[in-house]
Amino acid sequence: MEVLKELRYSKEHEWVAVEDGIAWIGITDYAQEQLGDVVYVELPEVDTSVQKDEPFGVVESVKAVSDIFSPISGTIVQVNVDLQSSPEMVNDDPYGDAWMIRIQISEPEELQDLMDAEEYLAFVEQEQAEQQE
Amino acid sequence: MPVQYTGILAEHRAVRTQAGLFDLSHMGEIKVRGTNALEVCQELLVTDVSRIQPGQAQYSVLCNPDGGIVDDVIVYRLVESSSSGRAEDHYFVCVNAAHIEEDYDWCCARNRGRAEIINCSDATALIAIQGPFAADILQRLTALDLSTIRRYWSSPSKIAGAAGLIARTGYTGEDGFELFVSADQARTVWDACLQAGQMEGLVAVGLGARDTLRLEAGYLLYGQDMDMQTTPLEAGLSRLVHFEAGEFLGRTALQQQKSRGVDRKLIGVQMEERGIPRPGYPLWSHGQVVGQMTSGTQSPSLGIGIGLGYGPPTATPGMDITVEIRNRQVRARVVRPPFYSKEREKSRR
Repeated sequence: MEVLKELRYSKEHEWVAVEDGIAWIGITDYAQEQLGDVVYVELPEVDTSVQKDEPFGVVESVKAVSDIFSPISGTIVQVNVDLQSSPEMVNDDPYGDAWMIRIQISEPEELQDLMDAEEYLAFVEQEQAEQQE
Repeated sequence: MPVQYTGILAEHRAVRTQAGLFDLSHMGEIKVRGTNALEVCQELLVTDVSRIQPGQAQYSVLCNPDGGIVDDVIVYRLVESSSSGRAEDHYFVCVNAAHIEEDYDWCCARNRGRAEIINCSDATALIAIQGPFAADILQRLTALDLSTIRRYWSSPSKIAGAAGLIARTGYTGEDGFELFVSADQARTVWDACLQAGQMEGLVAVGLGARDTLRLEAGYLLYGQDMDMQTTPLEAGLSRLVHFEAGEFLGRTALQQQKSRGVDRKLIGVQMEERGIPRPGYPLWSHGQVVGQMTSGTQSPSLGIGIGLGYGPPTATPGMDITVEIRNRQVRARVVRPPFYSKEREKSRR
């Protein structure tokens, strides 16, 4: 499982990268590993507003359907339309080509609630330990 | 059996283009033997068992008196003679894992001591080798000339030194074999197959790809596409029901349903737009809910959403239908399964 230092993470296994008040959002490497082969990604339209911890899209693997939750609130300024035709990018490059949406951040203080790489790693380990129990 | 070994899509593709190995030892095996074995099987199954030749296999279902499906099975008629040298009927029934005890009790309760019924599930392992290279690979491990075994026939033979039954059956839509061996030889046979198939790219395949393969081939899954509340006539399995074979469990109910007509029937659904039809999703036609999906996935071979479900008896192949996916109506078409077949792919190329 890969975790990038420069990103922030949510408990629903999304990552956030902030650049000039805009947040890039995607799902983590751990999330894609758990899902298995991704075959379908459904994302909202540009200009849709999203709320922190609310689902904004859906990712489907061969076996299962999962909601994608927004780690922060804001308005969508761009959607990665390439994921429609190439959903497998989510498996191949979750932190790069498979970014999902870019949002104009409306509540910057919400970023404080997210985890850094080290905290996220510990969170995943704890979740895995609980699963094994 | 794990959901996947390396990845569902990779395993699926291996079976379609090379070969895959499945550990299906969780499946159950029930033997019915003795002078009255045919009579007992005939009463339990909706299919005319007397038509099954020694060495032949037949897909069938067990029904309850209401015509509901108790389980779907493959019956293998074995070529074997008794110790007295007189040929005796000997059937080997492969049943679903979740129903071993239930099916066994079901058979025994109706046997009334006429035939010998043995549950040999724990002692028997089942390994399937499926795909275009399955025959080439397996041929290296057996003296039996596999070209003499036709689809849905079987023969006793040694496999990698282990005594067993080689059947040309499967659940993938590909050519292939199912190998019944004793449980203590399973590891040997499994390893020998993997070793022998290295060159051809034989890989271990899990439950995930087993499901996508069977769906593309249009095979039903018990507990999902049919259950006790479903009759074989509704499930598109009328061809298995042989009313002329005499008395069998569920016959009266099925005969009544046949003359009355079914209220719903199994249909194949193929998406016309992007979207994956999943079990439980409602099917719509002309502004009304007309049924629901029971199985569905993104077809790895076709790259589109496919599935099985129940629709109105008037549904015919080509009919436009919509699938409700997350409160959205997504266009689809009723098709006659299989969704994928070797012949069709060849003619497409």
